[in-house]
Amino acid sequence: MFAHEFMRNALIAGSFVGLACGLVGWFVVLRAQVFAGDALSHVAFTGALAAAVLGFNILAGLFVVTILGGIVMGILGDKARADDVTIGSLFAWTLGLGVLFLSIFTTQDSAGNGTAGVRVLFGSIFGLSTADVRISVVLATLAGALLLAIARPLLFASLDTAVAAAQGVPVRPLGLGFLALLGLVAAQATQAVGALLLLGLLAAPAGAAHRLTANPYRGLLLSALFAVGSIWIGLTLSYVFPTLPPSSMIIAAAVGIYVLAITTTTTVSPRALWLRLANGNVA
Amino acid sequence: MAEAAIFQGLSWNLLADLRELFTYPFMVNALEAGTIVAVMAGVTGWFMVLRRQTFAGHTLSVIAFPGAAAASLAGLPLAVGYFGFCGLGALALAGIAGSRRSLSAESAAIGSLQALALALGFLFVSLYHGVLNGLDSLLFGTFLGITTQQVTVLLVVAATAVALVAIAARPLFFASVDADVARAGGVPVRLLGFGFLLVLGLSVAETSQITGALLVFALLVTPAATAHQLTSRPMLGITLSVALALAVTWLGLALAYFSIYPVGFYVTSLSFGLYLLVRLTRALASRRRTTGRLALEGA
Repeated sequence: MFAHEFMRNALIAGSFVGLACGLVGWFVVLRAQVFAGDALSHVAFTGALAAAVLGFNILAGLFVVTILGGIVMGILGDKARADDVTIGSLFAWTLGLGVLFLSIFTTQDSAGNGTAGVRVLFGSIFGLSTADVRISVVLATLAGALLLAIARPLLFASLDTAVAAAQGVPVRPLGLGFLALLGLVAAQATQAVGALLLLGLLAAPAGAAHRLTANPYRGLLLSALFAVGSIWIGLTLSYVFPTLPPSSMIIAAAVGIYVLAITTTTTVSPRALWLRLANGNVA
Repeated sequence: MAEAAIFQGLSWNLLADLRELFTYPFMVNALEAGTIVAVMAGVTGWFMVLRRQTFAGHTLSVIAFPGAAAASLAGLPLAVGYFGFCGLGALALAGIAGSRRSLSAESAAIGSLQALALALGFLFVSLYHGVLNGLDSLLFGTFLGITTQQVTVLLVVAATAVALVAIAARPLFFASVDADVARAGGVPVRLLGFGFLLVLGLSVAETSQITGALLVFALLVTPAATAHQLTSRPMLGITLSVALALAVTWLGLALAYFSIYPVGFYVTSLSFGLYLLVRLTRALASRRRTTGRLALEGA
């Protein structure tokens, strides 16, 4: 498996993408901003297509548009937290723009390359070049370092916004900075695992980590481990069974870990749970 | 978009252009379907925004995609996949909402559910090699390829959804605004929450057949969000939401007819433009009010 260059590239780039997503994802889940990550992954898709249509460097377009998207969400939302309705409205418009650029792109391309949008959406982790890998590694490291640099005040601001603000923590700039960082990670993941599947790496490993421990350092570590682990499991599965697409397998692994974390921490027996459900009492 | 080549674009005679719009059956079908979808999305979307379930709504619209892909893989009619998967998704989301854990746990659970849906959809599509060309229309819809039979189905589903919401409107509103008081008052809050998600799933499943899985969302969220910005009165808000959804759908369809760009782009841009405009006006008005008050206090 390690003899193939495409496999080595996928594993290296994937590990760094997983690391960044796992770390940032822990804060995303803590701040209940998974929806923002979801929206940003679509912003990334639109940004890449826009750059392709307008003839800019796709990578540059992807990063600029996605980071800007994060900042706009923060500005439009209350307290730089971006409420769901604001995100939703911006999101819907982004999708519309994506459709526009996709239609221009497909008519421009004389071959009628209708799968281009699909590739941006779902990624092609087995098609990464060595240069792509280098970019992935550098950006993931940058994102991880930035996050760790603001981790303490961000944790404070996320757990108790009012008290943090009273203590002089710059809550609003932190929130905006975090959304911009999320944009960076979304853009970086998009070129590797595709825009749509980023969500799974943000939500599932971090969700599992939050379920298992309330300690922030242990949680961050677990979340990163789960994300990198899902990438490895997914890639191996896809290598062993070539008909299964790698992106789907990675997400399946991540969600599998999440479900496992929930079932192992649920103290109620399945029978008792069923009885409660049958009685209409889910809480 | 092969038909687009025949049209001459917009002429100076607006009336003739309007008449031309209605001469083609596909255009009449699109307008009828758009109208039905807009009314339904306006009503259910208003409650979705009120209940802060935008993320859940988007997840339902994503679940429509593996539904359609699974149906084409199994050789079943697409509608079976759309409705089946959206129904299951509504069940799962109701379970997540019903567990009443923290906001962050809910966010992670919905996100994981949606990611799983996407992964499944992509898996089905790659197992079924033939559909890849249709994937774009699966995701982004075929507004201009609707048959008369589809319009009838749409009408029946939409009427059911709107009727259900109308019947439950009062308790649903109560339960959405203050769940605890409503529960104390004997309103079946949990049942209503689940029922609403089912209706939302129904609307999404239906709408996604026309606008595609991704754009459903545009009609559900943006007109409703604009209406909520303008008024907090329920009846007026719902009426506004429906009116806005209708306006952007009709305008979007007409604009798309006279240009080469897709309907989805116009519908989303118009509704987002309106939303921004309303928010900007409100922000300016509230600033003027505060500065006015400050000036008064100073004097």
